[in-house]
Amino acid sequence: MREFLTGLDWSPLWISLKTGAVAAFLCFFLGIFAARKIMKMKKGRARAFLDGILTLPMVLPPTVAGFFLLLVFSRRRPLGSFLEGAFDIKVVQSWAGCVIAAMVIAFPLMYRNARAAFEQVDPNLIYAGRTLGMSETAIFWKVALPLAGPGIASGTVLTFARAMGEYGATSMLAGNIPGKTGTVSQKIAMVIQDGDYGTAGFWVAVVTVTALVIVFLINRAADRKMKQIRRW
Amino acid sequence: MSLQVTIEKKLGDFFLKAEMETVSGRIGILGASGCGKSLTLKCIAGIETPDRGRIRLDDRCLYDSEKKINQKPRERRLGYLFQNYALFPAMTVEANVAAGLRGSRREKKERTAQMIGRFRLEGLEKRLPGELSGGQQQRVALARIMAYEPELIMLDEPFSALDVYLKEQLQQEMKEMLREYPGTVVLVSHSRDEIYQFSDYLFVMEQGRVIRSGKTREIFADPGNRIAARLTGCKNISPARKTGEFQLYAPDWNLTLQTERRVSDRVKYVGIRAHDLEPGEQERETNCLPCRIGVVTEAPFETVYLVNCPDREAQVWWKVPKNRLDSEGPAGMPAYLYLPPKRLLLLEE
Repeated sequence: MREFLTGLDWSPLWISLKTGAVAAFLCFFLGIFAARKIMKMKKGRARAFLDGILTLPMVLPPTVAGFFLLLVFSRRRPLGSFLEGAFDIKVVQSWAGCVIAAMVIAFPLMYRNARAAFEQVDPNLIYAGRTLGMSETAIFWKVALPLAGPGIASGTVLTFARAMGEYGATSMLAGNIPGKTGTVSQKIAMVIQDGDYGTAGFWVAVVTVTALVIVFLINRAADRKMKQIRRW
Repeated sequence: MSLQVTIEKKLGDFFLKAEMETVSGRIGILGASGCGKSLTLKCIAGIETPDRGRIRLDDRCLYDSEKKINQKPRERRLGYLFQNYALFPAMTVEANVAAGLRGSRREKKERTAQMIGRFRLEGLEKRLPGELSGGQQQRVALARIMAYEPELIMLDEPFSALDVYLKEQLQQEMKEMLREYPGTVVLVSHSRDEIYQFSDYLFVMEQGRVIRSGKTREIFADPGNRIAARLTGCKNISPARKTGEFQLYAPDWNLTLQTERRVSDRVKYVGIRAHDLEPGEQERETNCLPCRIGVVTEAPFETVYLVNCPDREAQVWWKVPKNRLDSEGPAGMPAYLYLPPKRLLLLEE
């Protein structure tokens, strides 16, 4: 056991954590931004269409999302070649690809949770803020966000968890390069193919413990603000 | 002090076309739910935008569709008291009161402390709104509005969600707190009691229109039209036909009525408040309704009779204060009800 641990390459865990953290961080802002934009739109076809697009990655099989991502970011395509030529950014077969794949797959969780949280804020509170002369920024940070806080917090944690465990789209866009794009999920799949159930079991345990910690964090975030939430 | 509102707004099937103008400092808007009174208030506050029209407060133009003026709510700086008070749940009492203030940290602190004192909120500064009683919440909401000294305060059905005991207590408190306030107060309500207590000048609204306006007491004494009569609490209304200068006929009651006031040609209805009917044993030629008591409802301080009249379709509401009936004993169950000429309300369509 000791030999196994000392000889172990921990890089899959770090790559997964790093990917999850960066993707969740970016999704946090993008998700809230998108939620607000969609909420402000008038109900109608345009809004339903955009909402559908933003939610789609959650419903599609990750490999399908991965296929679309490859189409967009491939070096043989305009955007991919532009990114590499102008900024020297490689998305395919790189860590940036890990993050982008994770973001796309996890984004709907943040977007939908944030929107649901904002939509349950009593509009009269926002109107009250406006008639009192508060700025829109102040209303957002001091009134809306504290009320939507628990929903947004659980959305963020779920986004992190989903981003961290991403497999399908990541394997297609970023590949499985050990020490670079080799995430825990991909490691497990790889060692299972080699019949190495011991190593697979170890990583499965690591992932399970992480998941439990995450669920615990979500519940705590929700409980902490429970006072302000209607119980029923 | 003057308020001028001329606005139009279409919301689905509903069409609001409100015209109001008054120099009174205590304004009431009375109407059934869905008549557009709250929408009018929200347009004045700037929460809703009318399709066209003008809103002026003294010399300030808050909204003018022709001149393309539409001040944001925060620029209008008017006070709006929501029915549930809309206190910010995550902020302490202190922070709530300070929410609308501008200026340096010290100025804000001083002003907040001053308002906390004036509205008797000492000791509650660090509490959250959820930890306050209904009365305390109302005081915080008023303190929060008064803190920035708005020229106009709007009260949107402030008492309608309260139980009776608390309602009367909060009405008294509200009156006390508004007494010193030099600006204009607009109260929107479907309750004639609240309107009567709080306003000097009244607009009666029905289906998006102002159907009657004038001094509150005058409108209650002489509602002028059928809908205003009903909204101000007149239970008994019958169509009416003019039969003489001081006489009309009410077909629903099959009754000829003498009036004190001259009957104009436009009078189409006649009404009498349930409290104004008088019991009697002798038949009279006019203003006299033979009656058989129908449903009797005992309220704590008055008895409500739904009276059936022989050979007539309509029923008549009669309300008698308890103490009066007690003193009159069983004789309080009369054979006839008189409709005193000076109590008749002559109503146009």
